[in-house]
Amino acid sequence: MDVGLGHYLAVAGVLFTIGVFGIFVNRKNVIILLMSVELILLSVNINLVAFSAHLGDLAGQVFALFVLTVAAAEAAVGLAILVVYFRNRGDISVEGVNLMKG
Amino acid sequence: MTADMLSQDLSLLIPELVLAGGAMALLMLGVFLKGEKTSVLIQWLTIGLLVAAGLAALFLVSGEGTAFNGSFIFDSLARFSKTAIALVAAIAMLLAMPYLKAENLGKIEYPVLVALAVTGMVMMVSANDLIAMYMGIELQSLALYVLAAFNRDSLRASEAGLKYFVLGALSSGLLLYGASLVYGFAGSTGFADIALAVESGSNVGLTVGLVFVICGLAFKVSAAPFHMWTPDVYEGAPTPVTAFFATAPKFAAIVLLARVLMEPFGSVVDQWRDVIWMIAVLSMGVGAFGALTQQNIKRLMAYSSIGNMGYALVAVAAASQTGLWALLVFMSLYMVGVIGSFAGILSMRTREGMVEQVSDLAGLAQRNPGLGWSMTALMFSIGGLPFMVGFFGKFFVVYAAVQADLMILAVLAVLFSVVGAAYYLRIVKVIWFDSSDIEFVPAAVSTYWVARIAGLATILLLPALGWLVFRAYSVGLSL
Repeated sequence: MDVGLGHYLAVAGVLFTIGVFGIFVNRKNVIILLMSVELILLSVNINLVAFSAHLGDLAGQVFALFVLTVAAAEAAVGLAILVVYFRNRGDISVEGVNLMKG
Repeated sequence: MTADMLSQDLSLLIPELVLAGGAMALLMLGVFLKGEKTSVLIQWLTIGLLVAAGLAALFLVSGEGTAFNGSFIFDSLARFSKTAIALVAAIAMLLAMPYLKAENLGKIEYPVLVALAVTGMVMMVSANDLIAMYMGIELQSLALYVLAAFNRDSLRASEAGLKYFVLGALSSGLLLYGASLVYGFAGSTGFADIALAVESGSNVGLTVGLVFVICGLAFKVSAAPFHMWTPDVYEGAPTPVTAFFATAPKFAAIVLLARVLMEPFGSVVDQWRDVIWMIAVLSMGVGAFGALTQQNIKRLMAYSSIGNMGYALVAVAAASQTGLWALLVFMSLYMVGVIGSFAGILSMRTREGMVEQVSDLAGLAQRNPGLGWSMTALMFSIGGLPFMVGFFGKFFVVYAAVQADLMILAVLAVLFSVVGAAYYLRIVKVIWFDSSDIEFVPAAVSTYWVARIAGLATILLLPALGWLVFRAYSVGLSL
């Protein structure tokens, strides 16, 4: 079977959906939210690289590199905020994040 | 690329270069200088830096055009937005100084983060390429996440930071997924090339991508149904950070949204107008009805900001030259009102500390007539009561909608504005007719004057409105 653009897009779409669901369905742990965010960003990278190869245009791969860099920065900031939250709260369950209603 | 072209490109980026270089220099200064006064020095230097960047955008960048192979654009829209963003950020920084001192938060990182966030915002309004757009948004967002959790010993602030981070990262992800689809189906990341691809025939991939991009940006402007984070983050974050959140980032995000919709996707207005129409109506509704029952004034301001973003989106939905200048006039006047109101909220300090309930404002007109009058004028202006300047902001937005034949949207905007006026009037009623024995300690000089000048500005700006309209009118996009 030939693996074409459509297959890559399908994989990326599935990963993206899992990531979004991970954020909304997960009720246990904030770390899982961070993992879901990473999953979303990586699905975008698959999209970008697949399109880049398909179009024969390098801009997509450059974009993917930027996304990787930003994802690293975002994970660093996210974990730092999570550590601050944990110090104040003493636990990181998603259900606990409800001091303010909303 | 020759050196000549490089210097030509860089001359369009003077505000960004000033901000980015200045922020790094200030960070170094903060690390190497020891002593009590360092953070105050850096706060003042940051205010100077922001004003310098704003003036540089207004006066120093001579030409208009694109730079770096079309990925960055400096046009009259960017010039107007950059000046407004940098100046309002400078005022927000000025308001933060006494608060940071009183709450023992005077760390050097705060002003540096503000400068970096503003760097991101001025890049957003100049983005002419999907990569530049994403980098601008992330530079802004990452700094703002940290600012929201800046009071790291407070559970509320860290919870606000966490919520803002998770939902902000989700919105970036949605935006990015949309951007990847747009890139794939248009074959380029540049807005100009995307516009060509869209004109020559739109397809499902582009439409789906556009919808994702709109969702991501709607998160950033806190438009309903993507507004859930706003009240919590506004309530939990330190008050001067909330004042900053409510002004500059909103302006940058709505201008970016307008640019994305009108430039690359300008030829398929009918495809996205209904989406923006829905978001605008929902935002105005959530803003108007959600605020009615709020007791915390920061939460109330959050709903007010959701509602007002709805009006801004009405102007975007008009998708015309008129809509664009109505958007800029409306947002500028709204920022004056909001920054003044937050100066008033920052003055709500008793001997025990900050208070932030609406009921704490009771009897303000008797206890502190100057502040009472200012808050009254500001509430009237944001609420759009005639004939404060805020009224004309909304008037132009509705005018743009009527001109674009969006009659139902215009009527709904007026109706929601009437509902919304109720809660602004409630605050005015509390200020004038309720009584309490709460005594505020005198506010810092800067906070005092910002609240009063902004209050006066709601009336005195009326003559200046003509000039502002003229400035905004000369803003052009190639529609």
